[in-house]
Amino acid sequence: MEQVSLGTMFWMTVAAFLTFCIFSFLYRDNPFYRFAEHLVVGISAGYWIAILYHTSLTDLWIDPLVASVTAFGTAEGSVAGKTGMLIVNITPGAIGVLMFSRFFKKTSWISRWPIAYYLGVSAGVALPLYLQGFVIRQVAANMMDPRSIFGMIFAGGGAADFFQGIGEIIIIIGSICGLAYFYFSAEHKGVFGGAAKLGIWILMIGFGATFGYTVMARISLLIGRLNYLIEWVRALNGFFGS
Amino acid sequence: MARPGWQNKLKQSCRVPAYLLRILKAAPKIIKAACFIFFICISVSARQDTINHSDSTLLLSEERLLAETFQQAPPADIRAEDQPNDPGNAIIVNWNLAPGDNDKDSLVSGYLIYRSDSPDGDFELVSTLPIGTTQFTDSGDHLVNGKRYFYKVASVYPVDTLFSSVSGAAVPVPQFFNTRLIPIFLFMLLFSGTTVAFIIQAGKGRRLYVRPIAGINAVDDAIGRATEMGKPILFVPGLGDASRVATIAAFTILARVAKKVAEYQTRIIVPNYDPVVMTICQEVVKEAYSSAGRPDAFDPKDVYFVTQDQFPYTAAVNGTMLRERPATNFYMGMFYAESLILAETGFVSGSIQIAGTDQLIQIPFFVVACDYTLMGEELYAASAYLSQEPQQLGTLKAQDWGKVAAVALMIAGVIVYLFSTGAGNSFMTWIMGG
Repeated sequence: MEQVSLGTMFWMTVAAFLTFCIFSFLYRDNPFYRFAEHLVVGISAGYWIAILYHTSLTDLWIDPLVASVTAFGTAEGSVAGKTGMLIVNITPGAIGVLMFSRFFKKTSWISRWPIAYYLGVSAGVALPLYLQGFVIRQVAANMMDPRSIFGMIFAGGGAADFFQGIGEIIIIIGSICGLAYFYFSAEHKGVFGGAAKLGIWILMIGFGATFGYTVMARISLLIGRLNYLIEWVRALNGFFGS
Repeated sequence: MARPGWQNKLKQSCRVPAYLLRILKAAPKIIKAACFIFFICISVSARQDTINHSDSTLLLSEERLLAETFQQAPPADIRAEDQPNDPGNAIIVNWNLAPGDNDKDSLVSGYLIYRSDSPDGDFELVSTLPIGTTQFTDSGDHLVNGKRYFYKVASVYPVDTLFSSVSGAAVPVPQFFNTRLIPIFLFMLLFSGTTVAFIIQAGKGRRLYVRPIAGINAVDDAIGRATEMGKPILFVPGLGDASRVATIAAFTILARVAKKVAEYQTRIIVPNYDPVVMTICQEVVKEAYSSAGRPDAFDPKDVYFVTQDQFPYTAAVNGTMLRERPATNFYMGMFYAESLILAETGFVSGSIQIAGTDQLIQIPFFVVACDYTLMGEELYAASAYLSQEPQQLGTLKAQDWGKVAAVALMIAGVIVYLFSTGAGNSFMTWIMGG
């Protein structure tokens, strides 16, 4: 391995040390883990304050506000339009400032207004999006042409067509049985209970597959970290061996 | 008379070798053969030239033939119009394929789209499109709503680029209503109406049945256990912001848990990832303590912000679990890769764990590492079941009817397909909003 500089070697060693500190959590809570935990929490909190200052406060509020104020000094656009834009740009800041009323006991109730506004708008925006993305599209995806499905299964078009046809039947049955499991207005008894049970079985099979897939992804992350430690040992060897 | 020795030597030295004599004797034949081969080669070469020449003549004839068959012309019938159902700043340009634009041996190599704000002004190249294209959507802030725009489309031939006539004026305009979303709007009206109807019924005292869910029933037991052990309860509201449905559901569950905690006089710790979520959690817990008649017991420092970075947040919550040793951990809301790390640490620390999330990929991790898991909509049902408030029960009932409607819609779609595939496709497209 190419010999690294003293500075690189130092920071590689810091990173390796912090990696060991975090790994020490596997044994038990200890001062090394606490040191690494507090360091990373402190750094990330500071980092995100800087990020949010630039990406939210400056980009989304201060810059548009300054632009709408300076627009009054230009000849373009009507005064009414400029005033409207100024009001539009002042409003989010004014609503945000209301949050600071929490620091004063007498006025802390005012902070509920921005919270109510935020939750109300969020729920209102989310409802049609969820309905369209998670309900309507799923329902439409289950509207399959039965002749096409039976054609795939019985027309002798090969194993691929056969299994695709079977798969589509499973999707339809699985969706209906899954919905039966999440129906809360009736007890899971009789035929309905059987459908709900089939639904939870299908869900669990799906979860099992997801679990295995995700664990493999996590193992690859671990391998990546171990690779880093190996690189660090090699760099250490090259640094002191030469 | 005998010749002198030098003469014999000369004669011998001048004697032509036998093989040369044989070659000389064969020379006429060799020359004839060479002449014959040369003649043959010349003939073949001449023949090849003739063939090549005739081929090229043929190719040129085909090109001429194609050009004559598909007379080169610009695209016809240029139509530019405002894109419907949009917030403006977009124009759709349509045209007919130029002659010779087909799948085989296409003479057209593409189309050029030009735009101007005046029919007689300078046209600016906007886009280059491949063969077979008959539509282009010009969109972006460069188009000013209310302003007139004109378009030309040029077909690119091997030799010429032919420009169409100028389209009619197109004016980008924002639409207040997106008519393609009318089916969604109807579903929303139906759902909202059903919700309101059930809420009114529940408010009038009609008993709305909700089946018991294991995870929900365990909530009160878990809080009781924490009280008996004299240990706090940890409530993790996830990594979602306050606009996520799962986070909103987490708030209502937190309200119920916090109220019970206040009644049992134990302690609740809520570490937060999002500052706005933290503010709402503080309000929720404070309100719960007030409604339990113990407003002074609320400690705002127990509902705190950690950091808005996924794994540092996870590390901090893990540390809290090991140091505070909570008797019960609640994980409610949106979770990502940290789900298993949190749940595994809670398991190691010996806490009872109840999780609820609508993140499909994370549910398996909670299922294996927690005592109870509220999967998907069970999370939303939990708050209604716990509170028994008319508003929440009515909403839950409406959701159930929504599921019945979804299954009915699926079956209706399949029946329409049985009548006609085209009708089935149209029905599905309409449902999805075009």
